[in-house]
Amino acid sequence: MLQIKDLHANINGKEILKGLNLTVRPGEIHAIMGPNGAGKSTLSSVLTGNPVFDVTHGEVTFLGKNLLELAPEERANEGIFLSFQYPVEIPGVSMVNFMRTAINEQRKYRNLPPVSATDFLRLMREKKELVEMDNKLANRSVNEGFSGGEKKRNEIFQMAMLEPRLSILDETDSGLDIDALRIVANGVNKLKSPENASIIITHYQRLLEYIVPDFVHVLYDGRIVKSGDKTLALELENKGYDWIKQEVEGK
Amino acid sequence: MAEDILHEVTSADYKYGFTTDIETDIIPIGLSEDVVRIISAKKNEPEWMLEYRLKAYRHWTTMTMPDWAHLNVPPINYQSISYYAAPKTNGPKSLDEVDPELLKTFNKLGIPLEEQMALSGIAVDAVMDSVSVKTTFKEVLAEKGIIFCSFSEAVEHHPDLIQKYMASVVPVSDNFYAALNSAVFSDGSFVYIPKGVRCPMELSTYFRINASNTGQFERTLIVADEDSYVSYLEGCTAPTRDENQLHAAIVEIIVMKNAEVKYSTVQNWYPGDKNGKGGVYNFVTKRGICKGENSKLSWTQVETGSAITWKYPSCILQGDNSSAEFYSVAVTNHHQQADTGTKMIHLGRNTRSHILSKGISAGVSNNSYRGLVRVGAKAENARNFSQCDSLLLGDKCGAHTFPYMEVNNETAIVEHEATTSKISEDQIFYCNQRGISTEDAVGLIVNGYAKEVLNKLPMEFAVEAQKLLAITLEGSVG
Repeated sequence: MLQIKDLHANINGKEILKGLNLTVRPGEIHAIMGPNGAGKSTLSSVLTGNPVFDVTHGEVTFLGKNLLELAPEERANEGIFLSFQYPVEIPGVSMVNFMRTAINEQRKYRNLPPVSATDFLRLMREKKELVEMDNKLANRSVNEGFSGGEKKRNEIFQMAMLEPRLSILDETDSGLDIDALRIVANGVNKLKSPENASIIITHYQRLLEYIVPDFVHVLYDGRIVKSGDKTLALELENKGYDWIKQEVEGK
Repeated sequence: MAEDILHEVTSADYKYGFTTDIETDIIPIGLSEDVVRIISAKKNEPEWMLEYRLKAYRHWTTMTMPDWAHLNVPPINYQSISYYAAPKTNGPKSLDEVDPELLKTFNKLGIPLEEQMALSGIAVDAVMDSVSVKTTFKEVLAEKGIIFCSFSEAVEHHPDLIQKYMASVVPVSDNFYAALNSAVFSDGSFVYIPKGVRCPMELSTYFRINASNTGQFERTLIVADEDSYVSYLEGCTAPTRDENQLHAAIVEIIVMKNAEVKYSTVQNWYPGDKNGKGGVYNFVTKRGICKGENSKLSWTQVETGSAITWKYPSCILQGDNSSAEFYSVAVTNHHQQADTGTKMIHLGRNTRSHILSKGISAGVSNNSYRGLVRVGAKAENARNFSQCDSLLLGDKCGAHTFPYMEVNNETAIVEHEATTSKISEDQIFYCNQRGISTEDAVGLIVNGYAKEVLNKLPMEFAVEAQKLLAITLEGSVG
C-alpha cells in the first residue's frame, strides 16, 4: 500500500529525514517510536504534503501512485488521513459545514454525487457515537474552544467520517487522560479492516496497550534504526532510548 | 509559500462585466447649470425640484473633494463625465414595452422581473444607468398603502412626501458628493410604509451602470411611519470597462416611532482589473434617522466591489430608546481601496448602537474602518459597542482602523474592540489534509470569519454574498 524508499526531507535547509525506508501493507498497524527530534512528526507532515518541508531525495508510492507528485488535498482524497498533533481552530466554520465540505470534495474526487442531507446527518450521528462525542461539539466551530482531549477526539471523529485507507496518528495520545485514550483507541480499533492500514506515532507504550501494532519501528536521527513486533515497544518502555542510540552510534 | 496560495485564490474574473447593446439617450459630457436644467427638463420635474438641484449645484461649485479618508483618489475631471444616460424607452407601462435587451441584462444578473418574483416574494425596482426600468409588485403593495416606486414617479405623484423628507437627513451641503448627487441625481427608489403596516415582502432595488463615460447618481428615500416595518435590499453591478466610472449615491432613511427598517446592501460594482485599471469609484452618503421613540434601524452591508469605496452608513439616534446597528463585511483585493464604516450619533435617552465590522484584505489592497460614536449631552444612558476585526490574506495588503469617540454625557458606556488576524498556513493545510482545495479553504475560512454579519442578511442574499466573497478572493492565497 505504502512504500517509502530512501526518503530525505529538509525544513529551512536543515535535513530531518535522512534516508527513511518503510513498507506498509493493507491491514497492518505500524507504530513509530523514538526520542524527541528524531523526525517522527516530520514523517507525517511529509507524507501528507505539508509545504513547510522540502523532499530532497527518495520516493514514496501509495496505492501505485507517486505520492510526492500529488497536492495535499489529492493525497487526502486518495485516502490518507492525518490525525494532527496540534489541530488548528477555524473560527466561524461549523464542524457540520466543514465535514460536509470535506466529504463532498472526496466524493467529487471519486466521481460521486454530493452526499444528501439525510445521509450526511445519519453518518454524523453514527460516527459521533463511535467516539462518544458530544452533540454540542459537532455544532461548534472547528476545534474552537475545544479542550486538548476534545480536539483529539474530534480528529478521530473526522477519521471515522472520511474512512481513510491509511491513517496516520501523530501523537494522538499526548495530553489525553486515560478515559479519552480508551475512547480514541476504541475508535481506531473499530475502524480497523483488512483493507486499511495505520501508522501510529507515539512516545509512549501506553497507547499500544489499546491499539496492538503488528510492527514497531524506532526512528532515530531521521532513519528507522530498529524494527520489531509489539515486544519492542515494551523493551523501549523499560530501557529507554539510550541503548538504541549507543547501538546506532557504535556501528 | 503562503504568497503562492494567496496569489492563486485572488485572480478570478468579474462575472458581471458584460455590456448591453441598447439604444441610450445620453447627454454630452460636462457639468453646468444648463446641464442641471437639462436633466430636470428631461424628467419633466416641477419647479421646486429644479430649484433644489440648482441650489445644490451652486453649493457644490464652492466645495472641494474630501481628502481625509485613507484613500488614494486620482484627480477626477467632473467635466469629462456625462451626467445623464437613459435606455431609450419612454416609461414602460408593462413588461412587453421594456426593451428585450434590457430584460436580458437583468436576467443575466439573476434578477427576473417577471412574475416568478412572486415565488421569492421580493419586489424589485431596477435602475439601469439613470432610469428606473420597472418596478414589480406595485399593485400588491399598493393594497396595503405601501408606496414603492422610482424616485421620478414619486416626485410626480407624491410631491408632498418628497418635499417633506428629501434632504431632511442628508442636506445638500452635507458633503461634496452629496451636493453633486443632489444637483444631478437621475433616479432611484422611493419607499413609504404607512402607519402600522408591516411590509409583507422584501423590497429590493438593483442598480446597474451600463453606458460608458457616465456617472450614476441615484437617490433612495425610505420613510417608515409609526409602528411599521420594512426590510430593504440593494444590489449593484457594472460592466468591465477600462476607464473609471463614478457612482455617487444618497440613501436617506427616516424611521418614526416604534418603526423598524432593515437595509441590506450587497455592493458588487466592477472593482477594476488585477492591475488596478478601471473600476467604479463609489462615493456614497447613506444616513438614517431614528426619529421616534423605540425606533430601530439596521444597516447590513457586504462590500466586495468598486475600485474605491467611500461609504459610511450612519444613524442619528434622536428618539428615546431608539437603537441602531451596523454590520459590515468589506473585502478588498488586487488594487481596491475601501474606507468604510459608520457614524452613530446618540441624541436621545437610552439609545443603543452596535457596530460590527469585518474587513478582509488581499492582494495589494487597502481596507480601512472609520467609525464615529458621538454621545450628545442629553443622551442619558447611551450605550455603544463596537467591534472591528481585520483579516489579512498575504503581506502586501493593509488593514486600518480609525475609531473616533466623542462622549459628552457621563452616563454613557462606549466600548470598542479590535482584532487583526491572518489566515494561517496551518489552517489552510488542515483543510487541505481533509481533501479541501486551498481556494475552497480560503472561501470556507473567510465565510466563517464573516458569518456573524452574513447571518444578518435575508436568506437569498446571504447565499449570494457567500459566493461573492469566495469569488472576490479567488486567487488571493498561494
